[in-house]
Amino acid sequence: MNNPQLNTNGELTHLMSIEGLPQAIITQILDTAASFMEVSARDVKKVPLLRGKSVFNLFFENSTRTRTTFEIAAKRLSADVINLDINKSSASKGETLLDTIDNLCAMHANLFVVRHASSGAPYLIAEHLQRIGRDDVHVVNAGDGRHAHPTQGLLDMYTIRHYKKGFTQLRVAIVGDILHSRVARSDIHALTTLGVPEVRAIGPETLLPKHLDKLGVHVFHDMDEGLKDCDVIIMLRLQNERMTGALLPSAGEYFRHYGLTPQKLALAKADAIVMHPGPMNRGVEIHSAVADGPQAVILPQVTFGIAVRMAVMSIVAGN
Amino acid sequence: MSILSDSLPDAEDQCRQLADLIRPHLHRQPALIGIFSGGAWIAERLKELLGLPEDIGLIDVSFYRDDFAAKGLHPQVKPTVIPFDVEGRHLILVDDVLYTGRTTRAALNELFDYGRPASVSMAVLADRGGRELPIAATYCVWNVALGEGQSLVLGKQDDGQLAWRLENE
Repeated sequence: MNNPQLNTNGELTHLMSIEGLPQAIITQILDTAASFMEVSARDVKKVPLLRGKSVFNLFFENSTRTRTTFEIAAKRLSADVINLDINKSSASKGETLLDTIDNLCAMHANLFVVRHASSGAPYLIAEHLQRIGRDDVHVVNAGDGRHAHPTQGLLDMYTIRHYKKGFTQLRVAIVGDILHSRVARSDIHALTTLGVPEVRAIGPETLLPKHLDKLGVHVFHDMDEGLKDCDVIIMLRLQNERMTGALLPSAGEYFRHYGLTPQKLALAKADAIVMHPGPMNRGVEIHSAVADGPQAVILPQVTFGIAVRMAVMSIVAGN
Repeated sequence: MSILSDSLPDAEDQCRQLADLIRPHLHRQPALIGIFSGGAWIAERLKELLGLPEDIGLIDVSFYRDDFAAKGLHPQVKPTVIPFDVEGRHLILVDDVLYTGRTTRAALNELFDYGRPASVSMAVLADRGGRELPIAATYCVWNVALGEGQSLVLGKQDDGQLAWRLENE
């Protein structure tokens, strides 16, 4: 099967999506990230792996956390990082995406970190690089449309492995707007590939995609029922714009049914962890007492995200 | 293909000889740092043989190698663990085989990202020549010449004993 993420030796050369990644590569990324955690704890938080390489952050869509953690990760690998503010750049003057890429390649770019509102934009770039014979230039997807957010999925797996030590005995619930969430899609593929026996999706019918059962996911519309005996709860951000699209009556109504409160959390296992990819809407999908409570691992997720992105960039840049 | 050879020296015996070489210098209160994986095993042995109270350091030089551009990242990187402050300490870097010196160079670069040691010396079981950098072992028990295409590999047997084997590359 043709998998544009892998080279002819089956090694990771771009990261587009967790779908189609062999378990061994996911595990290699998580193991490598564990070694990078140690680097971030030192006085000198840098290793020379990508010294002299140029990493371009191409964010066609807003993001503070993801862009910042990619920037920190690249800098800790000693790469030079260039952040392109796309709104002010050539794209707004009418330059096509691939012309932008050609120009940046002419500036000796080595790695593109791409976030784009259109699903498939990173694939378009990777295919273009292959067509022009630039297999020395790598692409990492930092979120494309509703499709995938693979580094978030990987850092979520790192977090779960860190706290739960494994995957094969777990019950994991993903709660909220799964229909519009690329994070949920990446998480589901990763959890399934890593052998999690029970993945649950909890949300109103209007925010759950059809055919989730074909991915092996158990669907719940009742949150109390869905949270019962879970080991891991992944809360998703409710995007405010969904409220106007008649998908939901109101934020208050949503919180009553699907907001994670201490009472609802008590239905999960006593040692369940609560995750959230951020940014959080307190009082919409999560109660402050939970977000700031002892079971929340939301801030460690951010720290792990740097190590996971260091691992991804150093692995693809070496293949 | 690897062949086990009876004519190779006993690696456990060599660890004891290496400890004997280091023992006269213990007044400097050196700290041991083993390079994964063979050097880490030897450093564990030396800690016991020399009766050192402090945990050893472990170093994986994958993030500092000079062949990253050609070979990429090693698929099984282990976390470096330095459980003491290297600042001002006398360090002994421990490895199984000293060859080109490139691993030692990478380890030195990594160590200096933790601080400025008072000194760094190098203890190895075997020196097979072939240096590509101006690096030498301070303590070494076995100078060995290998045939073309051969390499010397330290392994840990099922009973936990260290043993050499020759491999053809």
